[in-house]
Amino acid sequence: MTRSAVTVRDVHKSFGKTEVLKGIDLSVPQGSTTCLLGPSGSGKSTLLRCIAFLEETTSGTIEINGQPLGFAETGDGKRTRLPQSDIRKVRSRIGMVFQQFNLWPHMTALGNVTEALVTVRGMKRKEANAIGEAQLARVGLDDRGHHYPSELSGGQQQRVAIARALALEPDILLFDEPTSSLDPELTGEVLNVMRELAGGGMTMIVVTHEIGFAASVGEKIVFLDEGKLLLDGPPSEIFGTPRHPRLQQFLETYLDRGAATLV
Amino acid sequence: MSIDFGLIFARMPEILAAFWVTVWIWIVSNVLAVFLGFGVATLRRYGPLWLDLLLRLLVEIIRGTPFLVQLFLLYFGGPFIGLSLDPIPAGLLGMTVYSTAYYSEIFRAGYNAIPVGHIEAAECVGLTRGQIIRRILVPEMTMLVLPQCVNMAILMMKETAILSIITVPELTLVVGAIGSQQYAFVEAMLLLALFYWFLVELSGFLGRIAEARLSKFRFAHS
Ligand SMILES: Nc1ncnc2c1ncn2[C@@H]1O[C@H](COP(=O)(O)OP(=O)(O)OP(=O)(O)O)[C@@H](O)[C@H]1O
Ligand SMILES: [Mg+2]
Repeated sequence: MTRSAVTVRDVHKSFGKTEVLKGIDLSVPQGSTTCLLGPSGSGKSTLLRCIAFLEETTSGTIEINGQPLGFAETGDGKRTRLPQSDIRKVRSRIGMVFQQFNLWPHMTALGNVTEALVTVRGMKRKEANAIGEAQLARVGLDDRGHHYPSELSGGQQQRVAIARALALEPDILLFDEPTSSLDPELTGEVLNVMRELAGGGMTMIVVTHEIGFAASVGEKIVFLDEGKLLLDGPPSEIFGTPRHPRLQQFLETYLDRGAATLV
Repeated sequence: MSIDFGLIFARMPEILAAFWVTVWIWIVSNVLAVFLGFGVATLRRYGPLWLDLLLRLLVEIIRGTPFLVQLFLLYFGGPFIGLSLDPIPAGLLGMTVYSTAYYSEIFRAGYNAIPVGHIEAAECVGLTRGQIIRRILVPEMTMLVLPQCVNMAILMMKETAILSIITVPELTLVVGAIGSQQYAFVEAMLLLALFYWFLVELSGFLGRIAEARLSKFRFAHS
């Protein structure tokens, strides 16, 4: 039994009066890739953002490597916010890759990758650059370190963003639709990098509409629907027949994303 | 009657002294106002709500009234509340306060124009709020607001002429007076226009150089 890298227990999240997550339970084993599928608005990004602590859950708990994220439960069912230093420590185990890349436009690729090493970890510039260059090489961009984001293609920008997350040696990588804003011919290079990371034993949670990727790389498939976790299991079980009607319906809308072979 | 600059050129040393007064008041007040304006925008963004509302009210008042009126109030009304200032300090203070209000709005819009994702990406790699402001927001904002800041500086260059009404010995006051004394008013005004035009062109030129140097950092398409 492998240990759980991320444990989500009965997580609820509301924005004002609308409840977006309605009691999510999820366990992500260490070293595995979990793919999060679901129709638009089902709460995939919200769940991922809660795990990255970019959103605070309304109730429920999230544990990263067994450490509580953000809040500690007090005996009487209430919770208190943990000190900022604890939050930062737990959060530092997590890397996040966004749909919009979110590279800082005033820094080169290498600058983006090394920023936190220098500013947060207090590393020497030279030392940080060596790590940054190694990480860029890992995503196949060793010759692009001195380019600004505006001088890179979307696929290259996203790979820089992955290198930026990797530079801090996180235990868990979160991806929110990493290829959704890329031209179709550029998704491959990003998916390949992710495939390699998965093969190398990185723990990953990937929100994606790339059904083919999910079916081949995901060791666990989670299907979210209207804020609830509808299905959770290995791809053979989730995609195998008989199939849940909501999933079937969902897959049919993604025929061109590698779902054709499944449907 | 013909145009004759000779009468005016005879008084060139006085004119150059006035030119210098205009230039330094303009530069000092704008530099101060850029920093203060950034501070105001930052306090409004990160400070408590009451401070945001208070600063917003002050900014609205300053932007909603003519500079001329503010300057009158400061210079002639100041002594009633124990603030007696000589013309130059009063002019400098007035210019600084007035442009701070405008710069703060430029920076506020600049903050809002930075994609939230850039800040979230910084949070995710562990930067603190101060580090995010220093390392991400300020540099990104610089390239976003530079054109408006250059514009503002140019507008304020021309506003320095208003300081003449509280007898700051700047270009408009001095050259106007010389023109009257020498019976060469049109020549004086032409020369004055030339000076301002030169300064405006110069700041536009410097602004374009700065923009070109920053153009590499323009936002990446996604
Ligand atoms: N900051 C917010 N304030 C209010 N409502 C929000 C906020 N963020 C998300 N929502 C709402 O929460 C619901 C779930 O959004 P979420 O972005 O998690 O969906 P998603 O599954 O990621 O969808 P998509 O596939 O379109 O990205 C949506 O109805 C959305 O409008
Ligand atoms: Mg989403």
